[in-house]
Amino acid sequence: MDPIQKKILHEVADLDALPVGAYNIRANGKSAARNSTANIEIVTKEDKSGIDIIIKPNTVNESVHIPVIISETGLTELVYNDFYVGENSDVVIIAGCGIHNCGNGDSAHDGIHTFYVGKNAKVKYVEKHYGEGEGRGKRLMNPTTVIHLEDGAKMTMQASQIAGIDDTLRNTKAYLANNAKLEINESVMTTGVQNAVSEFTADLNGENCSCNIVSRTVARDSSTQHFTSRLNGNNVCSGHTECDSIIMDKASVLATPELQANSTEASLIHEAAIGKIAGEQLIKLMTLGLTEAEAEEQIISGFLK
Amino acid sequence: MLELQNVNYEIDGKRILNDINLKIEDHFVAVTGPNGSGKSTLAKIIAGIAQPTSGRIILDGEDITELSVTDRANKGISYAFQQPVRFKGLTVKDLMRLAAGKNTTYGQLCDMLNEVGLQSKNYINRSLDASLSGGELKRIEIAMIFARSSKLSLFDEPEAGIDLWSFQKLIGIFEKMVERTKGNVIIISHQERILNIADKIIYLKNGTIEQYDTKEKILPQLLDSVTAD
Repeated sequence: MDPIQKKILHEVADLDALPVGAYNIRANGKSAARNSTANIEIVTKEDKSGIDIIIKPNTVNESVHIPVIISETGLTELVYNDFYVGENSDVVIIAGCGIHNCGNGDSAHDGIHTFYVGKNAKVKYVEKHYGEGEGRGKRLMNPTTVIHLEDGAKMTMQASQIAGIDDTLRNTKAYLANNAKLEINESVMTTGVQNAVSEFTADLNGENCSCNIVSRTVARDSSTQHFTSRLNGNNVCSGHTECDSIIMDKASVLATPELQANSTEASLIHEAAIGKIAGEQLIKLMTLGLTEAEAEEQIISGFLK
Repeated sequence: MLELQNVNYEIDGKRILNDINLKIEDHFVAVTGPNGSGKSTLAKIIAGIAQPTSGRIILDGEDITELSVTDRANKGISYAFQQPVRFKGLTVKDLMRLAAGKNTTYGQLCDMLNEVGLQSKNYINRSLDASLSGGELKRIEIAMIFARSSKLSLFDEPEAGIDLWSFQKLIGIFEKMVERTKGNVIIISHQERILNIADKIIYLKNGTIEQYDTKEKILPQLLDSVTAD
């Protein structure tokens, strides 16, 4: 792996060496390193590009890293990764994609991740997107995440895209069975003329299932964002969705939370707030000795944390 | 030492501060006066949040009139807001560390929170957002000024909203602050118990300093004329 690829790997997966546990590192469209463990098997798909990650029932305290690195300009790929998480497992899955594009061709990674989380299993899923490079070619990412939570399954998803992605469409769909619980935290920052679209849909089908989707975003310069979050309450369930954005410069943010209750026992709440950094917040930090620019950075990094 | 020379402040054609001349030489100076008399504006002018229409502000012999809020903070001026600001995402620890400096240990930050009557383990990692009550925020605001330990500390009605916390503890903080910094503490207050610890009291009315003298001289008259609210 060259220094550029190593740097991107650090950005998206906090990895400076091969991780412990199961992993698959994909670099420029090919598998660069892979490791399966006794409980977690990683298998190449035969019918299309991608891998199956098969986690045996009762696998606890294990992790899977599946970072993707693109450093070739003009490379575009569509990858299918399917996760089969066995009953009663408790695992951490770290995904993430970094693009370094110093050429003129657009580089794109479209990842379709499907999770089948078995009964009473617990998954923490972390996905980080990062782009860099001085070339005129764009850095594009369109992640699709499909989540099936069986009875009593729990999943926490942390998705962040803080820098360097020119255009992104994030599409996340979730289906929750009885007592399933889903928690999604998204943080996004766009700059320049970047555009980020996030669409979340959760079908709360099972009895006593719950879902909480929180999106925190910062839109700078002339960038644009559109956040849609749709909760369908089909049973005795509770759902909450929140979109909170800081808007700066000439940016534009559209937030469209949608709720549909198909049961009198569904309890659904949405909150959306868009606004600039409050002047009094800047002044408070300046009275602690920060410059205005430092205060702004501090507020933004805290907000996206 | 802080000195204000012929300071005036006008906004929308209305004069808020009128030819203020004063020297702050004592450790504890209280500023009192009716609502709308210009007390908070005076504090903002000193901290650099508002710019005087005319006049000079001198700190230890240096003219700081043109300096920004940041520069004044770095010269040793601290300002506790009357209504503390909330931040989504930033934690008590983040703000306390900014106030106290990077080299402050976790333990020291906890001690400072304990000083203001907040159990540090319950607060240090909390977000400074709507989940905290006004009184809790007020104490954190005071802890931040305590943490900064600067030579001039301004408090705008520090007692408001902390009714459950003993006044003695608040007064103890002011005393510790002066002991540590050997500097000046200016407190805007209506509270007799706070005015009582002041070396000197400024009585402001309609933007003008009507009286500036020792508490022994001013307090008895004030208790007759000022309605504490």
